[in-house]
Amino acid sequence: MRPALQTRLRRAAAPLLFLLLCVLGAIAAQITPEFILRELLARFARNALLVLSLLIPILAGLGLNFGIVIGAMAGQVAAILVTTWGVGGIAGFALACAVAVPVAVALGILTGLLFNRARGREMVTGLIAGFFANGVYQLVFLFALGSLIPFHVHELLLPQGYGLRNTIDLTGIQYAVDDLVRVQVPLEGQLVRVPVATFLVIGVFCGLSLLFQRTKLGQELRAMGQDAHVAATAGIDVDRNRVIAVVISTLLAALGQLLFLQNLGTLNTYSSHEQVGMFAIAALLVSGATVSRASVGQALLGTLLFHTLFVVSPLAGKALLGDAQIGEYFRVFVAYAVITVALALHAWQQAHHERAAQRG
Amino acid sequence: MSDVAPAAGEDAERARPLDTAVEFVRELGVPRLLIAVFVVALFVVAAVTHMDLGRLVTDSLSRVARNGILVLALLPAVQGGLGLNFGLPLGIVCGLLACVITMNANLSGWLGLSLAALLGAAIAVPAGLAYGWLLNRTRGQEMMVGTYLGFAVVSAMSVFWTMAPFHNTQLVWAIGGHGLRTTLTLTGFYDRLLDKLGAFRLFGVEIPTGTVVVFLGACVVVGLLLRTRAGLSLSAARSNPRFALAAGISDEHTRVQAAVASTVLAAIGIVVFCQSYGFVQLYTAPLLMAFPAVACLLIGGASVTRATLAHVIVGTVLFQSILTVALPVTSQVIGGDISETARLVIQNGMILYALTRRGEP
Repeated sequence: MRPALQTRLRRAAAPLLFLLLCVLGAIAAQITPEFILRELLARFARNALLVLSLLIPILAGLGLNFGIVIGAMAGQVAAILVTTWGVGGIAGFALACAVAVPVAVALGILTGLLFNRARGREMVTGLIAGFFANGVYQLVFLFALGSLIPFHVHELLLPQGYGLRNTIDLTGIQYAVDDLVRVQVPLEGQLVRVPVATFLVIGVFCGLSLLFQRTKLGQELRAMGQDAHVAATAGIDVDRNRVIAVVISTLLAALGQLLFLQNLGTLNTYSSHEQVGMFAIAALLVSGATVSRASVGQALLGTLLFHTLFVVSPLAGKALLGDAQIGEYFRVFVAYAVITVALALHAWQQAHHERAAQRG
Repeated sequence: MSDVAPAAGEDAERARPLDTAVEFVRELGVPRLLIAVFVVALFVVAAVTHMDLGRLVTDSLSRVARNGILVLALLPAVQGGLGLNFGLPLGIVCGLLACVITMNANLSGWLGLSLAALLGAAIAVPAGLAYGWLLNRTRGQEMMVGTYLGFAVVSAMSVFWTMAPFHNTQLVWAIGGHGLRTTLTLTGFYDRLLDKLGAFRLFGVEIPTGTVVVFLGACVVVGLLLRTRAGLSLSAARSNPRFALAAGISDEHTRVQAAVASTVLAAIGIVVFCQSYGFVQLYTAPLLMAFPAVACLLIGGASVTRATLAHVIVGTVLFQSILTVALPVTSQVIGGDISETARLVIQNGMILYALTRRGEP
């Protein structure tokens, strides 16, 4: 049955509002569509997989997985390792993925077990777990590496002799996937890279996500997302499946971060991962997705819209108020506000349902 | 607590010393014990390496007093059933706004300080009312909604600080003449006014009497308020909403009261913090301030659903001492600054521990 017109309109309200904001900003800053297209090509390819990594925990009823930051760290560990080994190109990227998988799976299992102990507050636990993991990451790479853990690539170390440098050049794996199929298109007199292979990878993961939802496991997760108690009564091992959902999410986030880094070409060792969760989640939510309901299409649409605003906002701030900084503060505010509204709406509806259930 | 004590006493008489020790550890909590041991170890290392202990204790004490009220602000929220109030930045920006308004009007000294605190509290009341209203509608997700509401408010205020019509040359950027600076210095306004009030030296330790007295005074006031009719109904509604409703107490009201109290205390807390620190930090500075405060409360022994004044004081003393002493001691011993990383691990490890504790109501 198709949802009623009213429901569909309500779902479209968020992306439409956002689109309006982008268009107004673009008009104010007199930005050409070509400019936006050029910026979006790279940004979309960089971020789409990170946004996709959020879908499966939502399906399983875990809400927004703020713990994908931990997956991003796993990806960075792999990127650092292949750089020290000096393996470049697509082989280096493949090796990085191979290294990232076991790290992400192990961290995903830990995160999943943690979430099982914090039922009903997975989101805040995921957020704090990300902060905690960041501290451990710093302990390892800023203090232990080169002092407790032997490390001999001195170009990557800080002058004090231990700890990784704040920025690491990933020239070895830069554009490894983006340029696998080299396509460049002239836009506004400049040659612009079209990352065909990256889009293909994203397409494959979209397809896999859709296929996954039809498998037995996917159906079990959906049942858990609708009602965990009923699912448990029906013989589904809820605890185990929740861990699996978090592992898949963490793994996708690790690969997503690797795709992100191969495009960027530099790693900010201690900050590249910090805002991954916030931006991916805000991007998903602007498409009209909610804490309990999100689709592959919404993930892609949200990535496009959110990053359009990211491009437009500082320029619009400069054009309208003479200060790009205001635009930058504004886009951060939009990211936080979008998440706040989505969380509040979700909790509001949940409380409403519970009250209705108590009465009935 | 009092209803458990006699039974535990009887058991302890029969139990062997080992059991008593295990019971003691369980009562105290393993993480708390580890942290206490860590603090003692840091001071021992400091003493062994001939560091200036008086200086370290002075710094610890001034940081404890400086941060105390911000930690205290979490107490009404826990007591009112709102959980850990990660929305603390909401109250903090109210206080900061009051500081900026009074400074813009060139109010300094005791007048400036007290007006800033009063004005901050006044702005925090409507903010807290709105916050409480929102939390009533988002039951079950208070901590997450609070966290992101705090983030959103801080970033909205960042836009405000750049555009607000303040023109005092001491506050705005020298170039362009508009937009508040990221850090405002309180020299000439009320820099360390409370810290210096009645300050004296004791065994080489300088006591920031005024700020300590204000912190302890605030603790006493909150403690007394929690014992009044309103305060008792606050915790009654938290522990059993239906029973409280039968007794004529609506937890919708008590939860809003708790949110207002928490927000007002945060506003006053940041004013006291700023005078002791000597600077007013705007823009993204308040973004993550709730997390160390929450960690203080938890280290003191509080849980997501239960907290006392003792938890506030013990936790603040333990955590702030670690933060103060870790930097000089670790740089002395290993030659690098590990304190910020240690803070991340301890603070968030403690919050994770509290969030994942089983057997909580």
